[in-house]
Amino acid sequence: MTTNSFNVEAIRADFPIMTRKVYGKPIAYLDNAASSQKPRQVLEAMDTFYRNHYANVHRGIHTLSEEATAAYEAARERIAAFINAPDPRGVIFTRNATEAINLVAYSWGRAHLSPGNRIVVTAMEHHSNLVPWQMLARSVGAELNHVPVTPEGRLALDELERLLDKRVKLVACTHISNVVGTVNPIREIVARVRAQAPAARVVVDAAQSIPHLPIDTQKLGADFYAFSGHKMCGPTGIGVLYGRPELLETMPPFLTGGEMIRRVNLMEATWAEIPAKFEAGTPAVVQAIGLGAAVDYLSTVGMEAIWAHGRQLITYAMDRLSELPGVRMIGPPAEERGALISFLVEGIHPHDLSQVLNDEGIAIRAGYHCAEPLHTALGVGPTARASFYLYNTREEVNRLVFGIRKAQSILLDFL
Amino acid sequence: MTNLYREHILDHYRNPRNQGVLERADLSAQLDNPTCGDVVRLDIQLGEEKEEKRVQAARFSGQGCVISMAAASMLTEWLTGKTLTEMAALRDEDMLAMVGAPLGAVRSKCALLPLRTLQAALKQLPTT
Repeated sequence: MTTNSFNVEAIRADFPIMTRKVYGKPIAYLDNAASSQKPRQVLEAMDTFYRNHYANVHRGIHTLSEEATAAYEAARERIAAFINAPDPRGVIFTRNATEAINLVAYSWGRAHLSPGNRIVVTAMEHHSNLVPWQMLARSVGAELNHVPVTPEGRLALDELERLLDKRVKLVACTHISNVVGTVNPIREIVARVRAQAPAARVVVDAAQSIPHLPIDTQKLGADFYAFSGHKMCGPTGIGVLYGRPELLETMPPFLTGGEMIRRVNLMEATWAEIPAKFEAGTPAVVQAIGLGAAVDYLSTVGMEAIWAHGRQLITYAMDRLSELPGVRMIGPPAEERGALISFLVEGIHPHDLSQVLNDEGIAIRAGYHCAEPLHTALGVGPTARASFYLYNTREEVNRLVFGIRKAQSILLDFL
Repeated sequence: MTNLYREHILDHYRNPRNQGVLERADLSAQLDNPTCGDVVRLDIQLGEEKEEKRVQAARFSGQGCVISMAAASMLTEWLTGKTLTEMAALRDEDMLAMVGAPLGAVRSKCALLPLRTLQAALKQLPTT
């Protein structure tokens, strides 16, 4: 799809919240790395399901339950196709990306790691792809190492090469940084891991990439991918762990209870096949169906077109921000990033900047963005972050620039 | 318009009162807000009164957003001349009223950081 066929006004018309005003100004929602807005197609899919087909899944021998089960499993199949996963059984529904990563840490990690083994993460990770590995390392007596980040916000891949050896059992890496926007070379990282640490499994935090970039899990070649529905036009409360089925089949359950068992007696139980083995209890049925609708929506717009639109916006935003005095952008140049930018405005705390922008109807994020170690590595305090998605426009970037100038005029003394 | 950055707040931010440290402080504490990186230190020197001691000098230092720094400045002004009993009785709503701007849940934490620092400092007193 060419960018000419990408009609941002038509896309905005799909998102009811775009008519919302904040302090009398149309909302300019630039906090998409935290969570995305929802198109009516997703809202209607969930509403229709609640009104016409709702029941619990995988249980009842009745029409509604059969319809609910079919819709739930169809959502799984559409999500598998969306990431080019060969087998939908590898798509495990979780609450969010955080729970997906915890599933790997608790299930695969505790079964396969022992004292003396090593876990390699990066200094670029969101806390969700760092703290579970800290906990795992502590509980099994493994060593936790990290790949440092260069001052430009890139991974120091030479250091990865130095860290990899046969003791490494797990490598966890984000695909796109939620702070500096860097797109990490997952294929290259996987290739190095396979060559130097063949027993190691690779976990990719895809929470910032799958919403924006056409993803082919087979080409990328990692073992596990974690992502959240709410960042990709889907509802909250639903996320995905995609794992290669042959790995998932050998893993012990994470949470236990109903739905995930084959047989139970008073003393013990045996496990259901995947994916049910990892979906204990009544799942987020409606949210899974909502995520299925989100995947359909994104596919209809076209992931190539969404990526191209984000690339245009980030390039334009970085050009405009570079014209502003006192603005320092964090991370690599626009060519190397996804559609987000963290920055500092000299003399203005990011909270104050965000507050003044809010008065202009502009939503950005301020703080550490759940990645405090990365801020420490880059030697910066809290930052302001603008993150874009398919419905954002150049006009909104212009409003951001205007808002920053306004904050400067309110909060700084120009003598 | 939230009108958060009203003149008296900006005035305290731009022209902070009682900024600095006291070498011989009777009470001092430092607290930070890890979600935004703000840090407030408070030093308090008590007077020589025999009966009920009053604050002779209060100083703040640290770094942070307009709200936390302006609130710290306002608090040190308020503290001067107060008794320990009066300090201990200062409540969240008093501090928010002092700042006097409509603050949401997140920004209220900025305004309350100096009060939390005061409360930490007061805990150093021997309980009599």
